[in-house]
Amino acid sequence: MAATEQAASGYQKYYVPDSSSLAVRATVGLLLTVFGGGLVLNNMTFGGSHEAGSAKWVLFIGLAFFILTLASWFRTTIRENMQGMNSAQLSHSYVLGMFWFIFSEVMFFAAFFGTLFYVRQLAGPWLAGEGEAGRMNDLLWPGFEFSWPPAITPQEAVGGTDAQPIANNGDFVTQDRSMSFADAHHWYQWLPMWNTIILLSSSFTVHVAHTALLNDERARFNRWLGITVALGIIFVGLQAAEYYEAYAHFGLTLNSGIYGSTFFMLTGFHGFHVAMGMTMLLVQLIRSVKGHHFTASDHFGFEASSWYWHFVDVVWVFLFLFVYIL
Amino acid sequence: MGAHHHGPARGITRWLFTTNHKDIGTMYLWFSFAMFILGGAFAMIIRAELFQPGMQLVEPGFFNQMTTLHGLVMVFGAIMPSFVGLANWLIPMMIGAPDMALPRMNNWSFWILPPGFLMLASTLFMEGGAPAFGWTFYAPLSTTYAAPSVTFFIFAIHVLGMSSIMGSINIIATVMNMRAPGMSYMKLPLFVWTWLITAFLLVAVMPVLAGAVTMMLMDIHFGTSFFSAAGGGDPVLFQHIFWFFGHPEVYIIILPAFGVVSQIIPAFSRKPLFGYASMVYATASIAFLSFIVWAHHMYTVGMPVAGELYFMYATMLIAVPTGVKVFNWISTMWRGALSFETPMLFSIGFLVLFTIGGFTGLMLSIAPADFQYHDTYFVVAHFHYVMVAGAVFSMTAAVYFWLPKWTGRMYNETMGKLHFWVSFVGFNITFFPQHFVGLAGMPRRVPDYALQFADFNMMSSIGAFVYGASQILFLYNVIATIVAGEKVSDEKVWDGAEGLEWTVPTPAPYHTFEVPPKVDTAAAHG
Repeated sequence: MAATEQAASGYQKYYVPDSSSLAVRATVGLLLTVFGGGLVLNNMTFGGSHEAGSAKWVLFIGLAFFILTLASWFRTTIRENMQGMNSAQLSHSYVLGMFWFIFSEVMFFAAFFGTLFYVRQLAGPWLAGEGEAGRMNDLLWPGFEFSWPPAITPQEAVGGTDAQPIANNGDFVTQDRSMSFADAHHWYQWLPMWNTIILLSSSFTVHVAHTALLNDERARFNRWLGITVALGIIFVGLQAAEYYEAYAHFGLTLNSGIYGSTFFMLTGFHGFHVAMGMTMLLVQLIRSVKGHHFTASDHFGFEASSWYWHFVDVVWVFLFLFVYIL
Repeated sequence: MGAHHHGPARGITRWLFTTNHKDIGTMYLWFSFAMFILGGAFAMIIRAELFQPGMQLVEPGFFNQMTTLHGLVMVFGAIMPSFVGLANWLIPMMIGAPDMALPRMNNWSFWILPPGFLMLASTLFMEGGAPAFGWTFYAPLSTTYAAPSVTFFIFAIHVLGMSSIMGSINIIATVMNMRAPGMSYMKLPLFVWTWLITAFLLVAVMPVLAGAVTMMLMDIHFGTSFFSAAGGGDPVLFQHIFWFFGHPEVYIIILPAFGVVSQIIPAFSRKPLFGYASMVYATASIAFLSFIVWAHHMYTVGMPVAGELYFMYATMLIAVPTGVKVFNWISTMWRGALSFETPMLFSIGFLVLFTIGGFTGLMLSIAPADFQYHDTYFVVAHFHYVMVAGAVFSMTAAVYFWLPKWTGRMYNETMGKLHFWVSFVGFNITFFPQHFVGLAGMPRRVPDYALQFADFNMMSSIGAFVYGASQILFLYNVIATIVAGEKVSDEKVWDGAEGLEWTVPTPAPYHTFEVPPKVDTAAAHG
């Protein structure tokens, strides 16, 4: 263990960076992003403002500035590491940071999975009048029957918004077809299965790349990492195809009641995280090919990205189970 | 690379660009005090309106904005950042580390806070006004019926959440990775322990809150139906998710406060903390229980009876580890050589009043009784006893306790004691009568009330003005100390204080423990 060696030999000096403008620059970028984003969304939903055009630019400029700042932040830390400023102890801080960041991401997804379970196991049956919590069914949603994927929304069951003015907000139209296996026509046309195969293989390929790096086989590392990135791109592409299919042919949209809500929230955030992880791995690939970064013993940038990749893979397994199959 | 400089940079860039845990701690502390004043001003408006029955000063809608912003600003702007500031200042010094583990990220955690709150406060001037749905922002009040400013409220919550998560990751990495040789976990000062556990809680639940507000955002702008029964969702789902965050959140607020009094009471009792190990285990138990009791905030929402019973019994269990803590503090004082300087006064005030708040919490945990108490002023009284007399008193004690170490100057003891007594009396006049009006049925978050509540409300308002005014005394004392306080130079400012932070020079130099100290086999926590 590196930590015990250190304790035995006395601590190396921990590198505390000089003052830096990175944090303030990132703050400016982030603030512009969320403020511009808020304006754009409010224009979209509530309308009536003449700032619509400029709000978009606040968002874009903020986002670009934010991303560039993060890039320069990562470049700074990479340079520091390559100049040998990072002691084993400092490197361990990065390990802990990445680990707990991924843990926080797990909890973010937990909120949406919790939502899915709650709706399927509790709220749905209650809305249909089951159990002591379902006593209001006769009053509010008479005739609503619950199934998963839902065949109908409570609103449609009672005959639209006008039929029942209490708690009947919004405008929801059930999908024609869902994405679950039960609704698939042929197994080989069922995209989620292909996506599962692709993502699971990519977890394997990134592991092969890691092994190659540990054995100092640079060419093999680059090749397998490249394959992983390619698989990631294919996954995101298929996900986009699935969304197109949902909107164009299945009538499955964000407005399709709770099924559409949970489906797009879970798969959408997962897809976004895959795109992020893919970008991270791509950066590591470019670093390796162009910059000849990484050695068998020092490659935390790659390692952290690969942890992230395994994390999105595990999330997908749960998605596959609970969103698509069960 | 530039030479490693030992003093702070000059001018504004020192604060903007700093990576120094003491600078960042100072910024957190001042920022949180500013937010404390802002949130306090909102509270004064609330109490002024409630001084008499009937509508006097503000519109009901604006009153709702005030209760909402008061809660949000106090929880996310005043109390949480103040303890993060304390953690920044103290944890590296207490564990013998040169700084926080990830100093640049530390700076970022702080600097996204002020713009986040700027955005939140700016909603006051937006069309439709600020959020008016209470700090718990239940759907559909916060979705279907919210003013457009809710979008900015949501993004503000995202930004504050990012700040908390990054700050917590930093604290976890610091405590796990930066302890001086020999500083084993069971030698950590209790303040470090409570913060380590708090940081775990934050990393676990802030993302859940982010998920909740993201679903709100989707419901408002993209037509989803997470919190709309018409589409097959459930508004009650929002409450479950919110309180899954919210209950750990209240322990996030109180655990560092436990840590602070666990440092201060032994110092002024001139005895080691009684039951150190049991304190650690009690803290961990409270943290664990906080994840499985959330629905006791929503007994009246129509849960199945089995749910009510489960959450009732699980909640009552919390009294056990909390009781362990209270008895340990009392046992620490037992036969100690007690002295009653300001930090000790605030700590004892904490102990007494927090215990009252704990007992009212126990009353509220009883599901059938809660049907009577729910959403009344009894609840308001309960959580102000734990939030104000708990968290804020302990924070105040911490400032008096460590201020001499930070600044090298001693505060004015007479004024400190005056601050305590005015606060203590003002606080109790404000919140004790609220138990009575609450039990008699006065609902919270309502700008007008029935005539029979008039006397107690007037009392409450007078107490609030007294408590509010006493904070000016506090501000004055702190500034007077920094500018012209009597100089102190002993490493150990308080003769009974133990721990590594009392081994560095006073005032604490800009960089401490660049070479880690050797920690003796004797317990470092004293």
